[in-house]
Amino acid sequence: MTLTALDPDPLHLASKGRLPRWASPAIALACAVLLLLVFAITPADGRADYLVTLAVVFLVVQFAISYAVEGGRKARDRLAAAAAVTGLFLALLPLVAILGFTIVKGMKRFDVTFLTHSMRNVADSDPGGGAYHAIIGTLEQVGIASLFSVPLGLLVSIYLVEYGGGRRFARLVSTFVDVMTGLPSIIAGLFVLSFWGLVLHQGFSGFAGSLALTVIMLPVVVRTTEEMLRLVPPALREAAFALGVRKWRTVLSVVLPTALAGITTGVMLAVARVVGETAPVLLTVFGTSSINTNPFSGPQESLPLFVFSEAGLPNNTAVDRAWSGALTLIILVLLLTTAARLLTRRSAPRGR
Amino acid sequence: MAKRIEVSDLNVYYGAFQAVEGVTLTVEPRSITAFIGPSGCGKSTVLRTLNRMHEVIPGARVEGKVLLDGEDIYGSDIDPVNVRRTIGMVFQKPNPFPTMSIYENVVAGLKLQRKYKRPELDIVVEKSLRGANLWEEVKDRLDRPGAGLSGGQQQRLCIARAISVEPQVLLMDEPCSALDPISTLAIEDLMQELKERYTIVIVTHNMQQAARVSDKTAFFNLAATGKPGKLVEVGNTTMIFNNPTQRATEDYISGRFG
Repeated sequence: MTLTALDPDPLHLASKGRLPRWASPAIALACAVLLLLVFAITPADGRADYLVTLAVVFLVVQFAISYAVEGGRKARDRLAAAAAVTGLFLALLPLVAILGFTIVKGMKRFDVTFLTHSMRNVADSDPGGGAYHAIIGTLEQVGIASLFSVPLGLLVSIYLVEYGGGRRFARLVSTFVDVMTGLPSIIAGLFVLSFWGLVLHQGFSGFAGSLALTVIMLPVVVRTTEEMLRLVPPALREAAFALGVRKWRTVLSVVLPTALAGITTGVMLAVARVVGETAPVLLTVFGTSSINTNPFSGPQESLPLFVFSEAGLPNNTAVDRAWSGALTLIILVLLLTTAARLLTRRSAPRGR
Repeated sequence: MAKRIEVSDLNVYYGAFQAVEGVTLTVEPRSITAFIGPSGCGKSTVLRTLNRMHEVIPGARVEGKVLLDGEDIYGSDIDPVNVRRTIGMVFQKPNPFPTMSIYENVVAGLKLQRKYKRPELDIVVEKSLRGANLWEEVKDRLDRPGAGLSGGQQQRLCIARAISVEPQVLLMDEPCSALDPISTLAIEDLMQELKERYTIVIVTHNMQQAARVSDKTAFFNLAATGKPGKLVEVGNTTMIFNNPTQRATEDYISGRFG
């Protein structure tokens, strides 16, 4: 007599029952419909309430059914997977809502007039006007800020990764960069306002705004570039050194090209971060309703400022302009990011 | 072209830790010298000190002399960059530059040193790739990425890259350990051709390989973990493998140890 004769599955390899593939969606649907009924006949109300309740009810019901049919381990597995997916949807919800809302509301005034006209001599309640002056201002301010912070940030991160080598000074710089990354943006604006404006007696200008944006951008560029440079395999540096290539040349021709795609992404993240900054720009650029193409003299407008001022006005025409300004901002970031990706795609590491 | 390397009383330290103690050996020109020994015995470390590549690691330093045809490569007026131009290196893992094409990889050593004209480079590319037995396989796709080749081809590309700058000596740090037997054979055949023109030093864990390809063999060992590695003996490969003078060498090559 053997043990297997008594117990056909001594190692417990056989599985219990299994729910079909469509079980999860079906349970979700059933819960949704049932809960809709509950919400219709009871005083429970509100879309957000409904969604949150649905998420909880679905998790509980699916766990119960799966426990009964498939056993505890599978039920816990389903619970964890469903919780992750539910979390994903909850996290995506505001993102999609913001994007959709801005597109729907922004399309109302997103036309040629809007892109080619300023707000000069346009009253709040007038239907025309546009953000031309704001687009120019934003492009110039962010452009100049990038001219400062990208080369500077690259040099700092090259020092930290290739030359600093864990020296005390490099660690100090690294800590400062970390602190600067978390700097509230209005402090950058206040700093430029007090130093550039009050100490050096310079007026509001696009350039002052660029300085404030540089203060915000620089640490972001340094941090992301540093990470990308550290990702370049040391074997590539060794290969270049073994060929008798000098260190600066190795950094320039081997390390930087290898990390270029990542660096570009980092720079675009930094640009996206500052392009929507309102507080520091408000304190340094001030804002205007006229076109000012010279970033070095007099107040300019910028898109976040435009949105900020138009959205605060008590007329629907102005609020519509604010939404279109917000849409313009999103499209601008999208265009810049796409362009940068296309430009660097050719030089990215290939053939893997 | 090939040059003689004389190492005398070489000590290598990583910070306070002494990795290698008292190595003295001579590498003959136009021959293949194999370094064998258990892991951690310092054979790769010694190899790297021959072209000052160990200096890439922070805290690494050497005592003793390494003479290249009589000239001390650790002399105070010697530029390590020039040493590495004279003594090339091939690494364990093939490491072609991922952003460059096959063509650009081969001429990287030249192009990153000074400006060259395209016809000059074309000649170097063909010569180096022929020298590395890779020309026939890649001549129609020189503009394709170097990282797209197979492992064995990548390693031969790295050898082509190393010989493109016309070094005197070629150091190979386990060049075949990441390759299949056929690619290994291709590299070993290549080494036999290269030794007509270069001095070759190879580190290998594969004793059959050392016996097959090398003219001289140096056996490294370490007394215990944490102790520095030492050169046990060096001699003609046939002597080391058939009639070693040291007991440790015999134990190692017959597989009774390590």
